[in-house]
Amino acid sequence: MTLLAIENLSKRFSSGGRAVAAVGDVSLTLEPGETLGLVGASGSGKSTLARILMRLLPADAGSIRFEGEDWLSLSGTDLRRHRARMQMVFQDVLGAFNPRATVASVLDDPLRIHDIVPKAGRAQEIAALLDRVGLPASYAGRSIREVSGGQRQRIAIARAIATKPSLIVLDEAVSALDVSIRGRILELLVELQEERGISYLFVSHDLAVLRAVSHRIAVMEAGRLVETGPMRQVIENPQSPAAKALVNAVPRLVTQPTEGPFHDV
Amino acid sequence: MRLLRDLLRTPEGAIGLGILAALALVALFAPVLSPGDPLRIAGRALLPPFTDPAFPLGTDRLGRDVLAGILHGTRTSLAVGLAAALAAIAIGLCVGLTAGFAGGLIDEGLMRVVDAFQIVPSFLLALAFVSVIGASVPVVVLAIALGAWADPARLTRAQVLSIRERDYVASARVIGMHPAEIAFREILPNALPPVLALSAIIVAAAILTEAALSFLGLGDPNVVTWGSMIAEGRNILRSSPSLSIFPGIALVITVIGVYLFSEGLTKAFAGRRLEP
Ligand SMILES: Nc1ncnc2c1ncn2[C@@H]1O[C@H](COP(=O)(O)OP(=O)(O)O)[C@@H](O)[C@H]1O
Ligand SMILES: [Mg+2]
Repeated sequence: MTLLAIENLSKRFSSGGRAVAAVGDVSLTLEPGETLGLVGASGSGKSTLARILMRLLPADAGSIRFEGEDWLSLSGTDLRRHRARMQMVFQDVLGAFNPRATVASVLDDPLRIHDIVPKAGRAQEIAALLDRVGLPASYAGRSIREVSGGQRQRIAIARAIATKPSLIVLDEAVSALDVSIRGRILELLVELQEERGISYLFVSHDLAVLRAVSHRIAVMEAGRLVETGPMRQVIENPQSPAAKALVNAVPRLVTQPTEGPFHDV
Repeated sequence: MRLLRDLLRTPEGAIGLGILAALALVALFAPVLSPGDPLRIAGRALLPPFTDPAFPLGTDRLGRDVLAGILHGTRTSLAVGLAAALAAIAIGLCVGLTAGFAGGLIDEGLMRVVDAFQIVPSFLLALAFVSVIGASVPVVVLAIALGAWADPARLTRAQVLSIRERDYVASARVIGMHPAEIAFREILPNALPPVLALSAIIVAAAILTEAALSFLGLGDPNVVTWGSMIAEGRNILRSSPSLSIFPGIALVITVIGVYLFSEGLTKAFAGRRLEP
């Protein structure tokens, strides 16, 4: 069964008198355990789409079905309860955490709010989550400001998987990281997917990143979806001018032997 | 505790805190340092300073001990200054938080009231308030607070509006945190520090306003204040300038102490934010 179906989603912003169609009539679907790479130049509406999906922004028009629910009609307690199933990892590894938070409190919040494990078992669950994302349990006591960017993104991933979601939206989740750390974070994401069957909507402006994790790729330009297809097809034989420009922006993306991908296609 | 350490690391903070601690001790132990009513007639009138060990700073026109007045005046100044600032911050926080969180018409309405209070000079407001209701310590406190709450209200609102848009608030919403918990655990604690840094300035302004009101004879007549001592000494400024100079020095030291403390506090907060 299709996990997520977005239909004819639209969102306009009016800033300074003129309206911008940040997302215009976008439709796409996502299957369980699948990674859809959403690519587009900066300002093409990717983050807006992700934020509407996360119910951080209201949509102007369109509908979203997620796990059989009319996702946009949920509200209040009902919405908060269902949020456990769809999580998000942000780009800004510093800004996404309350500066006063500790590693333990970051991971405790979702466990407490959704009552994932009883209070007595939380410390153990936090240690298990840290271990799962490759961090020592002793990190629990640290302030979030005392850990590096790559480690913070691991903690963000741990927080996202804490509620056992079926979908994680990653908005430029590795764009702020050093290239050396990027690969390992992507590897971790692919491992978690294979282990738990989580779907990813992976938003990035960088096709090189998406090639490493995506099954399918959707290309956005000026708020519209201009091309969707299997990862290989979009990269090796882009149809739209926008997709061609994005492929050309990454030197040797096609000619290079596929050294990196963690998925065997 | 960490903030205290950061604060003491800045020279301003260390000196300011030292001055304020000394003043607080004086205020606390004024009845021990100089027992009895400071307003009572204690000796010969107009004794010059540094002549009689019993009255190190001399006496005024009525024979009241100047040192006793200054020591006890510390109590009034600090108490009124702190109480007024506390009231101003409390009102400002409530109004700013409500405006920031509610938005819409409530925000509009509250901010117009804030505008109105910011346009009226705060000293005139205090003056009018005390003249109409009558001078007593609580009225003076309220009068000063009324002229001082607008700035913290505006700052609190601006903080809330800016923090509300941060990714960590979005992240809290994404994990399904209740809006009330987001407001009180995610936004409020991060909105407070700059407002608290502002509070030191408000204390200094409140102490000066209190002194000015007392100087104009609008302070509480039943307690001794530096302002009323300066006003008292003004009549014989030529023959006994020390009567006005000593309380004036006390006032200046206090305000400088508060100012340095607030500078140190601001720097300590800024330093924390710069940490990796
Ligand atoms: N809150 C907002 N108010 C006004 N315009 C916005 C807002 N957020 C995004 N936009 C506009 O919407 C368009 C899409 O932005 P965004 O979704 O952030 O793109 P991307 O993530 O692909 O870089 C841009 O033109 C941007 O300026
Ligand atoms: Mg973006």
